[in-house]
Amino acid sequence: MFADYSMAELMSIFAMQGFAGLTLFSVFVLMALGLAIIFGQMGVINMAHGEFMILGAYVTYLTSNIFAEYAQNLFSIYFFVAMILAFVATFLLGALVEWGMIRFLYKRPLDTLLATWGLSLILQQIYRSVFGAREVGVTLPDWLMGSVALTDSIEIPINGLFVMGLTVLISIAVFIMMFRSRWGGQVRAVVQNRTMAGAVGINTEKVDRITFALGCGIAGVAGSAFTMIGSTGPTSGQLYIVDTFLVVVFGGASSLLGTIASAFTISQAQSSMEFFLSGSMAKVLTLLVVVGILMLRPQGLFALKIRR
Amino acid sequence: MLTPSRSRSTHSPLRRRLLQGMLALPLSIMMLGQSAFAAPATAAVNTTGLAVTDTTVKVGILHSVTGTMAISETGSVQAEKLAIDQINAMGGVLGRKIEFIQEDGASDWPTFAEKSKKLLVNDKVAAVFGCWTSASRKAVLPVFEQYNGMLYYPTFYEGLEQSPNVIYTGQEATQQILAGIDWVVKEKGAKSFYLLGSDYIWPRTSNKIARKHIEKLGLKVVGEEYYPLGHTQFNSVINKIKLKKPDVIYAIVVGGSNVAFYKQLKAAGIDMTKEKPVVLTISVTEDEILGIGGENMVGAYASMKYFQSLDNPNNKAFVEAFKAKWGKDIVIGDVTQAAYLGPWLWKAAVEKAGSFDIDKVRAASPGIELTTAPEGYVRIHENHHLWSKTRIGHAQMDGQYKVVYETADLMEPDPFPKGYQ
Repeated sequence: MFADYSMAELMSIFAMQGFAGLTLFSVFVLMALGLAIIFGQMGVINMAHGEFMILGAYVTYLTSNIFAEYAQNLFSIYFFVAMILAFVATFLLGALVEWGMIRFLYKRPLDTLLATWGLSLILQQIYRSVFGAREVGVTLPDWLMGSVALTDSIEIPINGLFVMGLTVLISIAVFIMMFRSRWGGQVRAVVQNRTMAGAVGINTEKVDRITFALGCGIAGVAGSAFTMIGSTGPTSGQLYIVDTFLVVVFGGASSLLGTIASAFTISQAQSSMEFFLSGSMAKVLTLLVVVGILMLRPQGLFALKIRR
Repeated sequence: MLTPSRSRSTHSPLRRRLLQGMLALPLSIMMLGQSAFAAPATAAVNTTGLAVTDTTVKVGILHSVTGTMAISETGSVQAEKLAIDQINAMGGVLGRKIEFIQEDGASDWPTFAEKSKKLLVNDKVAAVFGCWTSASRKAVLPVFEQYNGMLYYPTFYEGLEQSPNVIYTGQEATQQILAGIDWVVKEKGAKSFYLLGSDYIWPRTSNKIARKHIEKLGLKVVGEEYYPLGHTQFNSVINKIKLKKPDVIYAIVVGGSNVAFYKQLKAAGIDMTKEKPVVLTISVTEDEILGIGGENMVGAYASMKYFQSLDNPNNKAFVEAFKAKWGKDIVIGDVTQAAYLGPWLWKAAVEKAGSFDIDKVRAASPGIELTTAPEGYVRIHENHHLWSKTRIGHAQMDGQYKVVYETADLMEPDPFPKGYQ
């Protein structure tokens, strides 16, 4: 299939293809990080993860409208404000949901699946009632659109770069919080042994609430960033939920490193297969490989070695 | 809200007499007059036990207002309600006001079947305006055929169907596709095409027709690809397109994927206004552009039968009435207009038949014409689809299409195209 093309053309396509794979990788990491914290660390199956992302997207939409209306000259930087607001909004909603619903279900992990699924339907209908059933268009500042031309034929999308940078930042922040801060230590202690952690004086309820809210907050930031590449509608969250769970489960639910490794594997497999096969076929093969590996390693790629 | 011209050709002499009477008489006598003198007796116009009284007739509206498809189907519901309002303001159908019963298909195909059974069996509606996806239509079809109902289906679709119980007010695939490809070949000198679609029956069937037509013209299809519904990452296929350098990207991507595709196309440095390649779509109406954003769609071409910007008196009145009823920021896409035709076509058929009976309405339907349609003139074909023109729209920054071409003649609907299957 490559016979008709010159070496230079092929090189530039492969460069861009490699970049496409990296973009997909960052997108996967970004959407899976929040869930990895909630599902992996707390064992809560949060089916409403996609809806938290879309809340972030809607906050971005509102912020862009407000800036366009009242602060036109600051429009080029509204995106950063929007991401912070998205984080705050989803963090608060997450804390509320944990307080009102999730905390009664910690001993019944499968029930969280049904409860959060119900929550996702409720949120979808709320979005539909408030913003209308139609998708909304989020206007981006000009500097986020378009591409950087590295050479004549290699063009790198700017929003891809942006998502990548954001992913790196958020991943580093999460790692520092989980593994270098006092709070992270408490979270890990509660995950490993709730009773013991309580006995040594950790306020497990507070840790749970902040952990859940933080996972939701990261989902909100992801949703905000995805307005650059995807749609914003009441049910758009459903587009991400399958891939998100796939990444987290494949990586080994309780390992953040596993999430990143699995996002990398799946995204690279997916994007290179998409290039050589058709889109649907690539998806089928990716899923087959994941199923195969999970049959051999049910605990996922990475598993914590702890005494149960 | 209503222009007098709208009702021209569909009036019976009886109706005209009624209207004249209405002008002359005071209100109380008018109400009396409507039922006692002018309207034909219920027993005569309804021999099969439909929900028709001396003053009213019930119809059903069956769309998804919740779930994934609510995004698309909302416009159709609005259009059908507007048409019913306008018909009622003119005095109704055979002297009877239309009352609608709205059911929610909830984006779930078995629910559509269940609700259509409820409308036909319990409510005994005289007609149903509804469905959007082919899947929902296929689900209700056996119900309509078993209980002998009449469905007015608004969406452009893949064809390969012709039911005595359905009037298809949108275009079937050949009407939409052939003219568009001919145009891009003639006007843009296109020689090679890249076909792209979401992975289900409509894009696949449509691309099959497109491919046959392109190959008949002696031109080349350099790629054909499908992505799962809801796919959000198109970078790989965009790279492939860059490698193959087609003259035309023929895109039939639907739903949320649309937004992702066009945003990423733009981000990847393909400026559609430069027309290298030309992007031609049959799946993006003004409704979808609302989600995609005009700045991400500008420069693309769409081939379909209706655009909001169509410049004719019918359409001006329609757009104005639609905005007056549903808000000034609303946009109207191809399917919304097709949904608007449903109640009017049904009214015309009922009046021609002089009866609400499904069998008589069906027999009267072929040949029914509507000179007042926003898209211009349409006529029902023997095969229950509409004769209609196909147009090419050029997407503008404000999210509207500018009509750059329309076929000289009406396109004949051909749901089972020979040589294209």
